[in-house]
Amino acid sequence: MLIASRDPFTAKDTESFYALAAKLAARGHPVTLFLVQNGVLPARGGAAAELLTGLAESGVRVLAEDFSLRERGIGADRLARGVESAPLERVVDALAGGARTLWT
Amino acid sequence: MTTGKTFTFALMDPPFETARSTTALRLIDATLRRGHHVNVFAYEGAVYLPFALQQAHANAAHGRSAEEEDHPLPRRWIADLMAAAAAAGVKLDWVNCGLCVDERGARESIEGVRRGGPPDFVSFIEASDNTLVVPTRD
Repeated sequence: MLIASRDPFTAKDTESFYALAAKLAARGHPVTLFLVQNGVLPARGGAAAELLTGLAESGVRVLAEDFSLRERGIGADRLARGVESAPLERVVDALAGGARTLWT
Repeated sequence: MTTGKTFTFALMDPPFETARSTTALRLIDATLRRGHHVNVFAYEGAVYLPFALQQAHANAAHGRSAEEEDHPLPRRWIADLMAAAAAAGVKLDWVNCGLCVDERGARESIEGVRRGGPPDFVSFIEASDNTLVVPTRD
């Protein structure tokens, strides 16, 4: 699981993190990208949504934390294609499942 | 009911400055609620998260008293997490990096926080089912 708490509008290295997710998925690893805090901003259908939709289409499961979405006024009906809303507990469950988890 | 699993979180960010600290505490809360034991290794500015002298204050700009402002204090959140862990029969072991504490003059921590160092972090990792490092960023 990769946790992204920043957005590509203000932190350009976020796109490198997305690329890491894509490369891991391309090598056959199950990969979840978990977006939290401002990391959920590109999950809104809009300028950067194609980045996340592309990841989803390449096999990365893209989750956006529901609390962070609510804080920012992003409704579930406005999420980019391929992005799912999910609670923070998904991170706990990933840890409990033994997932290697990296936060940037 | 406890799962018997233990997870370690390493925190670096100080309180009142980034959302990561709040998210990390929410994550610790969610982990405890799942019935897991939790270790926390706080270093750098994170040693101020359980600093006992944090004080709520009034907001003169908006004309609100300290009570009306109801200023959130991380030390209270951590005390609540410790109480919740005890009530649920799970462990929350919080270690503040001693060198980081000394550098910052942050010795007055809330009850339940103990002083340690990087070897404690290694011990935590070795005894844990998984570890998450919450990074600090610009």
